[in-house]
Amino acid sequence: MSTVETGSSRVKRGLAEMLKGGVIMDVVTPEQARIAEDAGAVAVMALERVPADIRAQGGVARMSDPDLIEAIIAEVSIPVMAKARIGHFVEAQVLQALDVDYIDESEVLSPADYVNHIDKWAFNTPFVCGATNLGEALRRINEGAAMIRSKGEAGTGDVSEATKHIRKITSEINQLKSMTRDELYVAAKDLQAPYELVAEIADTGKLPVVLFTAGGVATPADAAMMMQLGADGVFVGSGIFKSGNPEARAAAVVKATTFYDDPAVIADVSRGLGEAMVGINVGDLAAPHRLAERGW
Amino acid sequence: MTSTLRSESIGAGEEAAAGPRVGVLALQGDFREHAHVLSRLGARVSLVRRPDELAEIDGLVIPGGESSVMDKLSRSFGLAEPLKAAIGDGMPVYGTCAGLIMLADRVLDAIAGQQSLGGLDVVVRRNAFGSQNQSFETDLDIPALGDEPVHAVFIRGPVVDSVGPGATALATLEDGRVVAVEQGNLLGTSFHPEITGEYRFHEYFLGKVRDRTQRSTH
Repeated sequence: MSTVETGSSRVKRGLAEMLKGGVIMDVVTPEQARIAEDAGAVAVMALERVPADIRAQGGVARMSDPDLIEAIIAEVSIPVMAKARIGHFVEAQVLQALDVDYIDESEVLSPADYVNHIDKWAFNTPFVCGATNLGEALRRINEGAAMIRSKGEAGTGDVSEATKHIRKITSEINQLKSMTRDELYVAAKDLQAPYELVAEIADTGKLPVVLFTAGGVATPADAAMMMQLGADGVFVGSGIFKSGNPEARAAAVVKATTFYDDPAVIADVSRGLGEAMVGINVGDLAAPHRLAERGW
Repeated sequence: MTSTLRSESIGAGEEAAAGPRVGVLALQGDFREHAHVLSRLGARVSLVRRPDELAEIDGLVIPGGESSVMDKLSRSFGLAEPLKAAIGDGMPVYGTCAGLIMLADRVLDAIAGQQSLGGLDVVVRRNAFGSQNQSFETDLDIPALGDEPVHAVFIRGPVVDSVGPGATALATLEDGRVVAVEQGNLLGTSFHPEITGEYRFHEYFLGKVRDRTQRSTH
């Protein structure tokens, strides 16, 4: 009798592989989840407040109510992700028990532990984690993350931080590719990441897990730019349901992500979408309100 | 403008110059993994997102991914009807996971309004195993591919609920559920050989492509 194995690295990383070229959308109600699925989202992120509202309302942001997560799981057939606070392994245990398809250990929520992230190897459910640079991405992978998203600055509609982070990660990968073996030991020290992972990336030229981009994506052109910069796919948080016409904008972002290198398609899908979300310039945010700086 | 997708090197070396021309549907999903395997096996691989790109290929792979997204995009960009025509015309097509769903004549547990291209006389149930926590890997005996078992990864995968008279089951789980089917030039698997270094399904598929192109040149 052949053995059946669940929760292996291959199975966890594999779901992210299948999401590539797709758009994952933040939703706060089952109705929004339905709109996202109908528009062509590859997955939804179930949460109580989108980052723009967390930002506006302040206070401690936590895991969503299990009733809400279950209602969203019941509404759609595409994968459902949900967020746990950084280091809050019990929220993650709850999300696993709720049978979500991916857990996002997210800086968008208030961190629960300012020293340790969650030991993600201990879970059957895969994790996605944010990163602003390669070292951070590798530390999360070392802790068991099966997917990485560059952080950007969530809830702003300002794509500049997302651009900075995806460029930083890809440029650091390119640097590793040109290094000799003795230089890689130093690179591992500088990146504060395990040598084995650093050497693997120097060899393969890419992360061992899928890399999406997140944080501030608000338009079809934003999504296409992230894809041209090397992202495997895109998370759109507040950008869809804080805009004037979520249905049309969601479908347009999906199309622009597939045809990211075709300006004629991007132009076509960008027409008549109504108002984009009102943005906040990242430069106007005081340092304590910059979510990307959470996590290390 | 030359698309960066197409101009990108996907491994076609000189030795591949005479290999069969195979497209990989690149609307969404793990199409690069399929392109890599096919290139390694000597095929000339192109990524397909537009109807005119179908004219340049003799066979097509529909990758893993989200079937509801592939369905929507293939219809919005005018690819669904030419694809159905090519399947009806006998073009070899291999679908993994979402690709199997796209090839099924009937799909259960689809989203509202979801359509498939059809061609395989089977009923396929989407997400048949449940959530990601139930995704798994296991070994399958597949006599058509030889004695060595196939290591199969199922990711929120579908199963074939019933096989019509036109189609043949190639592999089953121990509980009897069908997870690989064949019908003439069409091949479908619930699992993902493209992510495990398993090349036999792709070889088997390329055999169909070669047979057909040879027949049409004689």
